[in-house]
Amino acid sequence: MSEIAELPEGLWYQPDVDTSQIPAIAGVEAVRSIRVPARVEYLYTPGRAPTRFLRALAEKRIMGERCPVTGKVYVPPRGVSPVVGLPTEEQVELGHRGTVTTFCVVDIAFTGQVTETPFVSALVLIDGADITLHGLIQGIPPADVRPGMRVEAVWVPDDELSTSFENIRWWRPSGEPDVDPDTIREYL
Amino acid sequence: MARNERVAVVGVGQTKYAATRGDVSLPGLLREAVFRALDDAGMAMGDIDAVVLGKAPDFFEGLMMPEPYLADALGAVGKPLLRVHTAGSVGGSTAIVAAGLVEARVHRRVLTVGWQMQSCSEAMWALSLPMPFQQQLVAGAGGYFAPFIRAYMQRSEAPDDIGILVALKDRRNALKNPYAHLHEPDISYDSIKESLMLWDPIRYAETCPSSDGAIAMVLTDEAGGDAAARPPAWVHGMAFRSEPVMAVGRDEVSPLAGRQCAADVYAQAGITDPREQLDVVEMYVPFSWYEPMWLENLGFAEVGDGWKLTEKGVTALDGDLPVNPSGGVLSSNPIGASGMIRFGEAALQVRGQAGEHQVDGARLALGHAYGGGAQFFAMWVVGADKP
Amino acid sequence: MRDVAIVSFAQTVHSRRRQDVNEVELIQPVIQEAKERVGLDRHDIGFTCSGSSDYLAGQAFSFVMTLDAVGPWPPISESHVEMDGAWALYEAWVKIQTGAADTALVYGYGKSSPGDLPRVLSRQLDPYYFGPLWLDSVSVAALQARAMIDSGKLTQRQMAETAARSRAAAKANPFAQVKGDFDVEAILAEDCLADPLRRHDCPPVSDGGAAVVLAADDTARRLVERPAWIRGIDHRVDSHNLGARDLTRAPSAALAAHEAGVSGGKVDVAELHAPFTHQEAILRAEIPLDGAEVNPSGGALAANPMMAAGLIRLGEVARRIIDGSADRGVAHATAGHCLQQNLVAVLEGDG
Repeated sequence: MSEIAELPEGLWYQPDVDTSQIPAIAGVEAVRSIRVPARVEYLYTPGRAPTRFLRALAEKRIMGERCPVTGKVYVPPRGVSPVVGLPTEEQVELGHRGTVTTFCVVDIAFTGQVTETPFVSALVLIDGADITLHGLIQGIPPADVRPGMRVEAVWVPDDELSTSFENIRWWRPSGEPDVDPDTIREYL
Repeated sequence: MARNERVAVVGVGQTKYAATRGDVSLPGLLREAVFRALDDAGMAMGDIDAVVLGKAPDFFEGLMMPEPYLADALGAVGKPLLRVHTAGSVGGSTAIVAAGLVEARVHRRVLTVGWQMQSCSEAMWALSLPMPFQQQLVAGAGGYFAPFIRAYMQRSEAPDDIGILVALKDRRNALKNPYAHLHEPDISYDSIKESLMLWDPIRYAETCPSSDGAIAMVLTDEAGGDAAARPPAWVHGMAFRSEPVMAVGRDEVSPLAGRQCAADVYAQAGITDPREQLDVVEMYVPFSWYEPMWLENLGFAEVGDGWKLTEKGVTALDGDLPVNPSGGVLSSNPIGASGMIRFGEAALQVRGQAGEHQVDGARLALGHAYGGGAQFFAMWVVGADKP
Repeated sequence: MRDVAIVSFAQTVHSRRRQDVNEVELIQPVIQEAKERVGLDRHDIGFTCSGSSDYLAGQAFSFVMTLDAVGPWPPISESHVEMDGAWALYEAWVKIQTGAADTALVYGYGKSSPGDLPRVLSRQLDPYYFGPLWLDSVSVAALQARAMIDSGKLTQRQMAETAARSRAAAKANPFAQVKGDFDVEAILAEDCLADPLRRHDCPPVSDGGAAVVLAADDTARRLVERPAWIRGIDHRVDSHNLGARDLTRAPSAALAAHEAGVSGGKVDVAELHAPFTHQEAILRAEIPLDGAEVNPSGGALAANPMMAAGLIRLGEVARRIIDGSADRGVAHATAGHCLQQNLVAVLEGDG
């Protein structure tokens, strides 16, 4: 292997000092890192469209919003249709079932994880929406998950419903026949 | 209108990339790259007119907009100093902004640096701070991109070991690059295949590392390129393109922004057949399967055929179209620098300065970067000859 | 060099807390207004550049979601700076100079309300020596104000007068957050927040944003009767080391003003990005403005949306040139602590 370039003379100064020869600091180790704990607190606000979405979720309803130009339905809504740059205002109630378009099997543990590994993270096209949503798939061995598979939302118990994405715990097979994957190719 | 100024890359300097560079401070990391670039260019800090910095999110180092702090260490005091941030593509975008200053004749000699010191914090934390109103990103960047890779595999009907071949090639190339983070002399097809499947279809050994590192480049006008001690790389075309992260009609497997960005850069560089005309490519491949995906997106192969180039060895160092002779993002990934490393390595190739991973006779090279949800793209074409 | 002008400007009504909207909802109406004022739609924009900060939003890649506000489809040529929108405007100006675009949309925005702004801004200091001290932004500014007073260059009364003048001027600014008639004696009777700075010497904490449309040559002339031509624009940075700087000076502001050609003619109006009262005095000493009307909008003392307040200074001067009430103006933007980094632009109308 070729060598890393020498740092140029005169431009770079790295003190070439044998500290063991300086009595006052002879036993001092070089500082390799310092630890600076930083705590900054934020109070987030969701905004208008996410507020509408989250309030509906607390009522066990999934509400998308329609692009005012293309008519396509976005979920979750973020306030603006990203293809035209105009606000979305018309709410559209979506179904509680959907179709898996693609997925991966996760075999690595992360903080805040709700399920044991391996688990399936999928993109789900909810009935009535024109864009997919990330969701966990449970109730089926990971090896059996496939594009076109029909799934239904599994909600937290009614008395635990809140204005949170976590109302939908995961998705499980609905028992319906698969959708032909070719018909959902344009959705990822 | 007068023709724009020609832009020359006359200096490239990189740090040794590593998981933790505990031997240098944060400004020291940048200076290591900067001084090597200046030395390559035969210049000192005083010769520089302006400095353009780029990096990905500030939460990586726990420092808010640190550029004013870095001004002293980079010799930028009294000069213009810009900070670019366009997600993972930022290294490429930063180089383009810097080159634009020369192209527009605002400055004659510009220093540009891409960097990240990921060891300063927990990268996975910095990337996905828990946001109460948003859906949590399930299992990091790999969990985000793996479904798109699976969709590519299904669409293209590629054999399921193409990713292994890419990882093996890139990690072996890295053995010839002294700056690369990962040097794994014992890596083999089987060791990659047997590595843990993290986000099926992505294995551990098919994933980029998390690195500390910086790259710097010195860009000059035509007179500076003509006077350079070593052969310069001339910029033949450069562009960036962005599209929304979530939009109905987006194709995340082969994003339109990538195709349009490539078309723009090729048009500027007079490239009509990229497969024939380009000699080497440094592309942003953080997960192995992105090589065949980008080969198609960038027009080197027909849709569905990218993997065939990989399988046939076309993209190997001794192949017809070497891809990532440096070892690529799969071997070194200081995120904010990774895009500029692609641009800088492309320049090194056409300058004949790439050392052991030099592609013989490289005259025209593509540097490519992407970021966000595969929605931000930055590219440049550099050549040994003046455009 | 091509002739490049600001042809349109729009901003939010700035306020302490916009809890009704997220960032994309905050900036989208402003972007739309800036385009509509000159009859452009998203397909007419050649280049887009924005300025914002992840540390304000408390979120990595925060600008990614906000990009939805421009409707980047089909894909657009776009870039982002982790800086005030004034520097995004600079990048866009360079892009137009290369001929790659004839028009550009520039925006900057910041919601400071989610975090504790002076504490968040402390994260911008040298992480080894200053950061661990949690020196907040008001305290750092107070060091500079103290240096001004101790050097005899400024009195606390003059600072109070700047505050009163700025907030009175802001009464005519429908977008300002803090405005009204304040009594200098009453201000001087207040306790200090960080001696010698009183609350009135400090900018408000604001949520807000702004957008500007740039256009070149004949395109600019077609879009507005009187484009605000950018005759000069430059930016420079000083040392970060507070101990190595004469804090009563901002040499980078003087250098940027020189490079931008401020002294090349009479200045009718100037908008200085001076978040603290004493900083206006520093900038007046560095930038030759003789007799110009300074901060008729009330400046950053009337509204200080981070990452937009500098861009707003450019927009406010442009507005005065476009409406014919000024012929030549100077706009200034700052970044970092203690006026460390400064941008100066000279804007002129035709005839």
